[in-house]
Amino acid sequence: MLLLLQYTLIFTSVLMLVALGGCFSEHSGVINIGLEGIMVFGALGGALVMKYMPADTAPFVMICITVLAAMLTGILYSLLLAVAAINFKADQTLVGTAMNLLGTAAATVIVKAINTAADSSNTSSEIMYVGPKKSFIIAEGTEFSWFMLLALALLIISYIVLYKTKFGLRLMACGEHPQAADSVGINVYRMRYAGVMISGLLGGLGGLVYITAGVSAWKFENGVAGFGFLALAVMIFGSWKPQRIALAALLFGLFRSLSNVYTGFDFLKNLNLPSTVYNMLPYIISLVVLAFFSKNSAAPKAEGIPYDKGSR
Amino acid sequence: MQANKSRESLLRKPGVQTLFASLVCILLGLLVGYIALLIINPSGATEAILGVIKNFWAYSKPEKQLKNFGCTLVTTAPLLMCSLSVLFAYKVGLFNIGAAGQYVAGAGASLYCALALHLPWYVCILAAILCGAVLGAISGFLKAYRNVNEVISCIMLNWISLYLVNTLLAPVKNPTGKDTFTVASQNAGALLPTLGLDNLFNQKNVTIAIPLAILVCVGIWVLLNKTLLGYELRATGLNKNAAKYCGMRDRYNIILTMAIAGALAGLGAAMLYLSDFEQWAVTQASVPAMGFNGIAAAFLGGLNPIGAIFSSYFIQHITRGGANVNMNMYCAQISDLISSVIIYMCGFVLYMKLFVNKRLDAKAQHKKGGNA
Repeated sequence: MLLLLQYTLIFTSVLMLVALGGCFSEHSGVINIGLEGIMVFGALGGALVMKYMPADTAPFVMICITVLAAMLTGILYSLLLAVAAINFKADQTLVGTAMNLLGTAAATVIVKAINTAADSSNTSSEIMYVGPKKSFIIAEGTEFSWFMLLALALLIISYIVLYKTKFGLRLMACGEHPQAADSVGINVYRMRYAGVMISGLLGGLGGLVYITAGVSAWKFENGVAGFGFLALAVMIFGSWKPQRIALAALLFGLFRSLSNVYTGFDFLKNLNLPSTVYNMLPYIISLVVLAFFSKNSAAPKAEGIPYDKGSR
Repeated sequence: MQANKSRESLLRKPGVQTLFASLVCILLGLLVGYIALLIINPSGATEAILGVIKNFWAYSKPEKQLKNFGCTLVTTAPLLMCSLSVLFAYKVGLFNIGAAGQYVAGAGASLYCALALHLPWYVCILAAILCGAVLGAISGFLKAYRNVNEVISCIMLNWISLYLVNTLLAPVKNPTGKDTFTVASQNAGALLPTLGLDNLFNQKNVTIAIPLAILVCVGIWVLLNKTLLGYELRATGLNKNAAKYCGMRDRYNIILTMAIAGALAGLGAAMLYLSDFEQWAVTQASVPAMGFNGIAAAFLGGLNPIGAIFSSYFIQHITRGGANVNMNMYCAQISDLISSVIIYMCGFVLYMKLFVNKRLDAKAQHKKGGNA
């Protein structure tokens, strides 16, 4: 039971962070399919810092620097989307797909290059971080990490920023009706940049949390195994609102962790379902929910449409 | 003067612009790959990038060249189908990111029919087409009647089909590894006929899949450009409301489009797995990249079925060429890096065309002013 709780909380944190990232981007009017790629890069940034930091670094410093590194690489990577979608009016779905492919490919090339440079017979794409990972854990022997608290804090901050600040309201205006926002003096391009970069920050952090969930080494060839897409589902399921995204993430996180630990429960084990069923469930649920509730979708009205000052 | 004019009108042709834009994308992709290689290890970078570009020409013996050319063709056929699937849907205004999932469904259906049910190859192919089409139609139905964005439903279905197929194929897994049995070992009747192509290329996996893929490609071109249905579908893609106003059945067309797109991707999977070129790993945790690369090939080919033949071949050419790099310094994924940069650059094609046309307009304007 404790194990289920741990995994649920970890996966919930990951999904919530990344989905909140997607939420900021989409509220500013840019669809971010590339969250998966952003997660990979955030994870890479964090993992590299963990690899190169001296082992005796104080846990607090370690957490701060790793988190900052993940956020920074996430932001940098998200700029690829921002430039293409905002300045060059590219097809956002296409660019996002390219970013997902590029994320895994580039991360694999980078990690393999580092590994091969250190030892020419080592061609794996794995980074180990057994020591540093311990500093993230609150209680020895469990998987409860500081990231859970961080995720909770960021949830509250996201809610406040989005609904209680001038910035957040302006951001949302750019996703609903950019022409109207522009007419009252809001710089739509700058707001969209902000939205995409915040999604890079949260997505990158989400990637870091994901690769430290229960393991202390990561093979970058595997990317993040579809968690970016799952987060998109969480975001839509949570109808683009932070508080609902948190609940949706909890539900999805529960099912995702069930696939890891269901054998520990007698009644689930007796059902004799293959573990793939639990992997599938979140996707099936969100598809069914979407089918019933998409008629009045809460999606930002102008998302996916490049903003052109000249058009009416 | 005359020559100048003809050069200008040539540049204005959409076909020429598309070709030009695609070449720019390819060059930029290769440039980024080259820079990456230079950063990793400058001493072997030029050799490595040439190895990627040359692919089978890197071998000295003609038989080996032919064999590797054959291997490249074997992987081109499924990619071509996936790119047709994407571009067909895109012509109707739908972004079929689900080609990956429909491909997975096709793989599952064809391998299950071949390995578990021991059916002949044509039945396996039909099953793959059907399963892909059903999956596509689900997305189409959700889009048409329930207002679910096709990109989102496709992404969900990609993962659902991956896990379903993993479960479905688990009973026919080879106990010694992660992969399913080879088709040849269980049911040789399910292997695609080769019509002597295997001897021509000295590679047993070269089958009728390759000519079949080209035939399908021409068929899709005819369907899109020369038939009433194709006209309706393209009209729906250009302006949904206008098409509806003209009495075209927009909902029916959306579902039909997605079903055809799904069928194409499913067929692509059958082409690969029924030629025994690779087996399905039942433990795989991510959707095969073939469908996503189909997006790359579709856009790189300028969203034209004939262009897709060349772009699909090119992408598989450099992917296979990636195996040529010196593994002590670099890794084969450099090709994935190059092809993903190419897709990324394809996002800028529209802007490039706009830019070129603007320049041409400005030039024409200038000339007019001078003559008056």
